[in-house]
Amino acid sequence: MSSPGVDRSRDLSQPLDRLGPDERLKADSDQLRGTISDGLVAELTAAVPGDDIKLMKFHGLYQQDDRDIRDERRRQKLEPAYRFMVRVRLPGGVLSSGQWLKLDELARAYAGETLRLTTRQTFQLHGVHKKHLRAVIQGLHDVLLDTKAACGDGPRGVMSSVSPELSALHAEVYKLAKEASDHAIPKTGAYREIWYGEERTPTDGPEEPLYGKTYMPRKFKIGFVIPPINDIDVYAQDLGFIAIANGGELEGFNVAIGGGMGRTDNAPNTYPRLATVIGFVAKDKVIATCDAVMSVQRDYGDRVDRNHARFKYTIDDKGLAFIKSEIEDRLGAAFAPARPHRFTSNGDALGWRRGEDGREHLTLFVENGRVRNFEKVALLDGLRAIAQTHRAMFRVTPNQNLTIADVAPNDRAHIEDLLRAYELDRLNQGSGLRLSSMACVALPTCGLAMAESERYLPKLIEKIETILADHGLSREPITIRMTGCPNGCARPYIGEIGLTGRGPGKYNLYLGGGFHGQRLNKMALENVGEAAILDYLGGVIARYAEERGPEEHFGDFAIRAGYVPEVRDGRAFND
Amino acid sequence: MGISEFRGPGFSEAQWDQIRSLADSLDAKQLTWLSGFFAGIEHQAKSALFGQATPVSAPASTQNRTLTVLYGSETGNSATLAGALSERLAGAGRAARVLDMAAYKTRELKDEQDLLVVTATHGEGDPPASAAGFFEFVEGRKAPKLAGLRYAVLGLGDSTYEFFCGAARRLDARLAELGAARMRERVDCDVDYDAPFADWMSAMVAELAAQDVAKRPAIVAEPRHAAANAPAFDKRNPFPATVIDNIALTGRGSSKETRHLELSLEGSGLAFRPGDALGVMPRNDPVLVERLLATLELDPEDAVTVKERWLSLRDALGEMFEITAATPRFLSHWAHVTGSDELKKLRDDNTTDSRADYLRGHHILDIVRRFPAPGVDAATFLAGLRPLQPRLYSIASSPDFAPDEAHLTVSVVRYALNNEPRDGVASSHLAARCDAGATAPVYIQANPHFRLAESDAPILMIGAGTGVAPYRAFLQEREARGVGGRSWLFFGERNFDSDFLYQTEWRDFLKSGALTRMNVAFSRDSATKTYVQHRLLEHARDVHAWLEEGAHVYVCGDGAKLAPDVHAALMTIVQKQAGRSKADAHDYLSAMQAAHRYHVDVY
Ligand code: SRM
Ligand SMILES: Cc1cc2nc3c(=O)[nH]c(=O)nc-3n(C[C@H](O)[C@H](O)[C@H](O)COP(=O)(O)OP(=O)(O)OC[C@H]3O[C@@H](n4cnc5c(N)ncnc54)[C@H](O)[C@@H]3O)c2cc1C
Ligand SMILES: Cc1cc2nc3c(=O)[nH]c(=O)nc-3n(C[C@H](O)[C@H](O)[C@H](O)COP(=O)(O)O)c2cc1C
Ligand code: SF4
Repeated sequence: MSSPGVDRSRDLSQPLDRLGPDERLKADSDQLRGTISDGLVAELTAAVPGDDIKLMKFHGLYQQDDRDIRDERRRQKLEPAYRFMVRVRLPGGVLSSGQWLKLDELARAYAGETLRLTTRQTFQLHGVHKKHLRAVIQGLHDVLLDTKAACGDGPRGVMSSVSPELSALHAEVYKLAKEASDHAIPKTGAYREIWYGEERTPTDGPEEPLYGKTYMPRKFKIGFVIPPINDIDVYAQDLGFIAIANGGELEGFNVAIGGGMGRTDNAPNTYPRLATVIGFVAKDKVIATCDAVMSVQRDYGDRVDRNHARFKYTIDDKGLAFIKSEIEDRLGAAFAPARPHRFTSNGDALGWRRGEDGREHLTLFVENGRVRNFEKVALLDGLRAIAQTHRAMFRVTPNQNLTIADVAPNDRAHIEDLLRAYELDRLNQGSGLRLSSMACVALPTCGLAMAESERYLPKLIEKIETILADHGLSREPITIRMTGCPNGCARPYIGEIGLTGRGPGKYNLYLGGGFHGQRLNKMALENVGEAAILDYLGGVIARYAEERGPEEHFGDFAIRAGYVPEVRDGRAFND
Repeated sequence: MGISEFRGPGFSEAQWDQIRSLADSLDAKQLTWLSGFFAGIEHQAKSALFGQATPVSAPASTQNRTLTVLYGSETGNSATLAGALSERLAGAGRAARVLDMAAYKTRELKDEQDLLVVTATHGEGDPPASAAGFFEFVEGRKAPKLAGLRYAVLGLGDSTYEFFCGAARRLDARLAELGAARMRERVDCDVDYDAPFADWMSAMVAELAAQDVAKRPAIVAEPRHAAANAPAFDKRNPFPATVIDNIALTGRGSSKETRHLELSLEGSGLAFRPGDALGVMPRNDPVLVERLLATLELDPEDAVTVKERWLSLRDALGEMFEITAATPRFLSHWAHVTGSDELKKLRDDNTTDSRADYLRGHHILDIVRRFPAPGVDAATFLAGLRPLQPRLYSIASSPDFAPDEAHLTVSVVRYALNNEPRDGVASSHLAARCDAGATAPVYIQANPHFRLAESDAPILMIGAGTGVAPYRAFLQEREARGVGGRSWLFFGERNFDSDFLYQTEWRDFLKSGALTRMNVAFSRDSATKTYVQHRLLEHARDVHAWLEEGAHVYVCGDGAKLAPDVHAALMTIVQKQAGRSKADAHDYLSAMQAAHRYHVDVY
């Protein structure tokens, strides 16, 4: 794999001391063991010592603290209220009733009686005390779940479309997603030793054949999508597989590479990028393709500057052609030309859906993925009751929603009784805007949040809803996505309306995202408060109501009407 | 207080200025006392001049006998009174040596001739911790016959405690048992001990000294001042300290409230050392005062006179008297006032338990509600009350670290009685009514038995709850003075999340090296309750090593069980680690005590 004329000054080919500090940290961590076990028992603090904080991410654990009371505790001479966020690895978001019940149990015992569905189809437990981490992880182990690589510089949770109707395709694609995840996660014994208390066993050969000592330069995200619903936002993945079927038969995938959202304000060299489709591979080449693509990023990714380490930058720096050929080298074959595929939306098909196999699936809108017992709706209790019937599977959707899946037709009535009993039937009642909304977690747990998101978006939507109502647009599905900082955890840069936090009460407003995730949006207002946002949106919505073409989506209109220019390439996002 | 511009005979300019500025700073009482004090000095000077240190007129029987004033003190009262007594004796030409039981060489006891004992009682009628050794000896089998001894005992106590002046009683009885002659019936003083002490002192001085020239009302009224270079502000004349800061240390969800107060002592001239306590004069909760007045149907504006002061009944109850917990005295007083048979029965009940139980379950408010006294007048009600007592709080700061400041760690006492929330007088006053800017009357309560090891000896600090307060002062002092010496802190509380008092400061002390090591025990975080003594046992080997290396051990905190539990743990450690017998271990710890390496301050 010769690569003449390619700049290798910032990648793995360099000695450690020329690379960023995190590379040394990984290399010296004894394959992610570090001093985690000691840190867990340090009695004077609820935190873990410095480097372990980073290492624990590779184990799916984030040290956080309750930012609402950070200052209060400082004045009380108490350390911050350190807690851990536990992110479960759940390929394709699929879980059984038994697994649900265990998560429910752990949430009630250790995580403030709430579960958080994420934009990558899994669960997060927040507020877990250091001393309870083992109990939580062993609890997950009981039901064959783990948190491996859910965070850190590795293969993040692998996504897969929910596709209620397409039973056969879903089954097959989900199986591949799970395979890919199981295949790509780190193989180090650190996890077993630290969390399950197993003895360290000598390994013949290296512990990490694919990753070596320094793993990936940065997180790497894989997703499988089944058209026509682009629910996973395949163009936001580092590596996306677009299912190509023929008469219901899965043949293979169009491969898209280099998607990503994260950017930093006032850093023009950081930008969101939509993945580029580079060709087609047969379905039996999926795992090989993962290895090939990941190894290219592993070898060429920037290991000096983490803000520039994602695959999207590697591609734009080295050139798409070069990266593609590198991948093909490693695959030992050229990609076939991409097949045509068509997406209609990136939202979920809410409500009951009947699969080809006759099973019934109900997708419920779970606002911002937050599952708890609310004043109005006892969501946590209701879902537990449904799980206790063991008559259903569950699927977490990429839009932070939940599908109660695989219900036998004659069980549906029983499930519906429970839905009514717990008033879960209200969940899907809401404006088109609200049902197409997503917000990241942000405050109080996220350490990077600059503004509210999950706790604020519902209120903002309420205000926008009154404007929509005035123009008879209450039912119009318009995607709106908010994040508390520019990292883009709710994929805001693809929303028809995007909002990213700049500071308390201040956001950037973006317009023009593609309704099925095919186009980035563009900033319309910078660093403004609610009044300015509502005022501006009020104007756009009014005109949209007047001038929209047939079937014209809000994002498309915003561009046609000239509110923002169309963004064709991520590198132009900041122009 | 004006004083003549014209210099008095024989005074230098400088002297006169001093006298004037002093005089200006004094109130009438202090001046009268001073006159008496100088008279006393003048007498001594004369007698020295004429070579008659001991007036000839004194009965030989008294004059050629040795006289020792022995005191047992925990919080300093007895020590102060012993000092005052010896001053008066000296003033009367009868020299006496004043000794702390803690420092007393017990073998000298058999040679004593005249002995005056002033002792406090602490805990379950026990002597002050520092006097434990002395009591062990006197009450033990090794105690000598004391046929030649004449003695008298003054007890300091608090009638709200079960065993009122228990230690004094024990000593008084035992000395008699050993054949000593009681010069005068023992006097048991309650918390307002001034008057009874003054009378006892005069009587003893009259008995033991020929002529008591200094006997002046002023002195009797103010014996405390007889101590040389007494500070301008003290228990009788507390300094109004301004609150600089007052924050809750306990975080959200705590089962208790513990606060951190910073008080300014600027301009008070009050000096203290880490280990000392601050006396705080509280005020009663105005709401409780009103409730009490309403129940008694008394007029808040009634003018009453208390300690030569005219003030409204409302203020009297607010500032001058204890109006929460009732005393046996109040019980019998109210029995008399109401004529209630039930109260009389309780009063006369000689199995004190039931009375104690009743008092624990019924505050003054409960009693006057249950046993109304229609038409009772203010004076009659007040007559049953005891004066409001100052509360002590270990000072949590070092003057070297925070000059002119005293920091306190206050655990707020709140509980329910008869389905009504009740508040501790001082702690809730400090918590609820002493925001920054407010003032509170304070004085220094020296605590000579709880001093930071002078040298850079290793220190092993064991603290439960607010018991860490003095350790904060210790570490601040060592850091400020750059004193080395290893330190190890054992801290215990209820919950890690909310009750880790001064958590970030300990972290910083560990960083700076002022604190070498720390272990914590949080009793309510796990099913099995763990306390500091369990942590001690877990680290038995190291703890023993520290003891062997001369470490000073400090035990401080609330809870009656702390001291015994920790002591038991240390016994176990000393036995197990060095294969000592129980008796040897006991001697080992006693030796540490005698060497002032084992300091206990529990409340
Ligand atoms: C939970 C979740 C948002 C949600 O509300 O669902 C989330 C939450 C966080 N993300 Fe994210 N990200 C989540 C999906 C995403 C996505 C969307 C996606 O992957 O489809 C993105 C944009 C795509 C991308 O990667 O570019 C995303 C881009 C980031 C970034 C920016 C990465 C970059 O290279 O630019 C960060 C910050 C970082 O990694 O340095 C980040 C970091 C974080 C952290 C862990 C903050 C931190 O590093 O301390 C957040 C934890 C907050 C909390 O308290 O829970 N998260 N994050 C999503 C969990 C996904 C999962 O289950 O694995
Ligand atoms: C040398 C020394 C140092 C001290 N240092 C400190 C310190 O650093 N920090 C600190 O917080 N305290 C300290 N204390 C204790 C402090 O002096 C006070 O005793 C304490 O604050 C309570 O006083 P209070 O006026 O608030 O309560 P009080 O009004 O005196 O009430 C206390 C009384 O309330 C009654 N009571 C309490 N709980 C109940 C219940 N559950 N049921 C029925 N009756 C109950 C009991 O009779 C108890 O004696 C120290 C004490 C001493 C002697
Ligand atoms: C913790 C503690 C326990 C006490 N226990 C008793 C007791 O059991 N009986 C008693 O009469 N007085 C008791 N007292 C009251 C003291 O004896 C009284 O305050 C005395 O004035 C203290 O004198 P000192 O300062 O010399 O120690 C106790 C005081 C404290 C602080
Ligand atoms: S977008 Fe920013 S604020 Fe929101 S979860 Fe991600 S990192 Fe936190």
